Amino acid sequence: MSAEQEGRTIRCLVAKVGLDGHDRGAHVIARAFRDAGFEVIYSGLHRAPDEIVQAAVQEDVDVLGISILSGAHNTLVPKVIEGLKEYGAFEDTLILVGGIIPDDDERELKELGVAEVFGPGTPMEETIEFVRANAPERD
Amino acid sequence: MSAAEERDLVAELLDGRHRALARVISKIEDHSPGYREIVSDLHAHTGDAEVIGVTGSPGAGKSTLVDKLARRYRDAGLTVGIIAVDPSSPYTGGAVLGDRIRMASNVGDMDVFFRSMSARGQLGGLSTATADAVKALDAFGKDRIIVETVGAGQNEVDVVKTADTVAVLVQPGSGDDVQMLKAGILEIGDVFVVNKADMDGATRTVAELEEMLHMRESPTKGLETGHHGFDVPEHPDAEDGDESGESPDEKAWEPSVIETVATDGEGVDDLIDALDAHRAYLEESGRLEAKARQRYATEIRALVRNDVGELVEAAIDDRGGIDALADRVLARETDPYTVADELVAPIAECVREQRDD
Repeated sequence: MSAEQEGRTIRCLVAKVGLDGHDRGAHVIARAFRDAGFEVIYSGLHRAPDEIVQAAVQEDVDVLGISILSGAHNTLVPKVIEGLKEYGAFEDTLILVGGIIPDDDERELKELGVAEVFGPGTPMEETIEFVRANAPERD
Repeated sequence: MSAAEERDLVAELLDGRHRALARVISKIEDHSPGYREIVSDLHAHTGDAEVIGVTGSPGAGKSTLVDKLARRYRDAGLTVGIIAVDPSSPYTGGAVLGDRIRMASNVGDMDVFFRSMSARGQLGGLSTATADAVKALDAFGKDRIIVETVGAGQNEVDVVKTADTVAVLVQPGSGDDVQMLKAGILEIGDVFVVNKADMDGATRTVAELEEMLHMRESPTKGLETGHHGFDVPEHPDAEDGDESGESPDEKAWEPSVIETVATDGEGVDDLIDALDAHRAYLEESGRLEAKARQRYATEIRALVRNDVGELVEAAIDDRGGIDALADRVLARETDPYTVADELVAPIAECVREQRDD
């Protein structure tokens, strides 16, 4: 955890993409991340993929957590990843997806570059630990 | 990070690459190795942006108003950079930076560069980090830079001072008159904005504000009316004026009070007019340059203090740490003044030698 030793704070964007209006989960995650000592930027509801890309690039986040409960992940997540690549921000952003994702889709998302998918009931500690262990190193 | 990488990053930023700008601001925030060289390199490219500070109590509508301001600037063909400072938890250092949610009018527009910063325990002070981030946006070529803070304490007031023009937001009917005098925030505002002007009590708040602003003008004003021949000093501010580079006979700025409804953009044009008027005043009166000079002086002092502090910290560590020194004082072996003298003496010696050369 070089980040902590150097006094570098892990920055996360918690993003809601698409049309589903359920952000309780995103709020819970945002608060847990804050209490873990991360800086959290919350996107707000109903964001388009390019808005998420804009936020992730400008805020220079280490972690992008996308919460999708609408089932549109196969359409929306690739668009976000494309956008990040366009700005050269894909390589060093840890991309996480939270929501109800079928196993087949999970495999596909991971092939695209999503680091991990967290389903319902994932203990908060597990997610935080994953972020700590996998947040991209920077020089 | 090697010197070559730093140069690349600076070159990419000047070339207009968003990712490079974002990364430079991260380095400034983190004080990562090499950030000083980067900011040094950028300095030559700064000085073209107009910097506006926006402050006010939580919930006054700062972010919403900033969003609308940015939109108007974009409509006028100007590029915009925004730095929004939010508090962080003193316990965990964590923060939820929520201002971005309000930036609804500018989503997807990359020419509005919005960056959230937390007031985390900045090593060189939050105001230094903000000032450096402003430089990065300035060098990137932004025409207008808006710095937004919660006007809660000295720290935030210092942040806002990195701006040429400061707008203070006030909510109607929040017992403001006493509150604002208490916060001392009245002195820093160049433009006052009563936001949510459609709420009850807005007119009263405007009246109260105007009254208070008149009170702050000229301390001898009330005395001039006396018929006992009170001698008004010709240049009452001459002494103070010299220090801040203000010429005594120059016309002082009278802050205006603007009413806005940020949610539907009402009054935003008036606000822009007021900001522009203040800018014009600064330029015509020579205050713009004086302000910048003063700001750089403060910045140099802060950096020097910080750097010397680090030298001294190292000297303390060499002598077994601060606790060991304190123990010796506690045991009456020595006293704080002697310890301080001993620590600073070698540094003072070096400075003296250098000067004599």
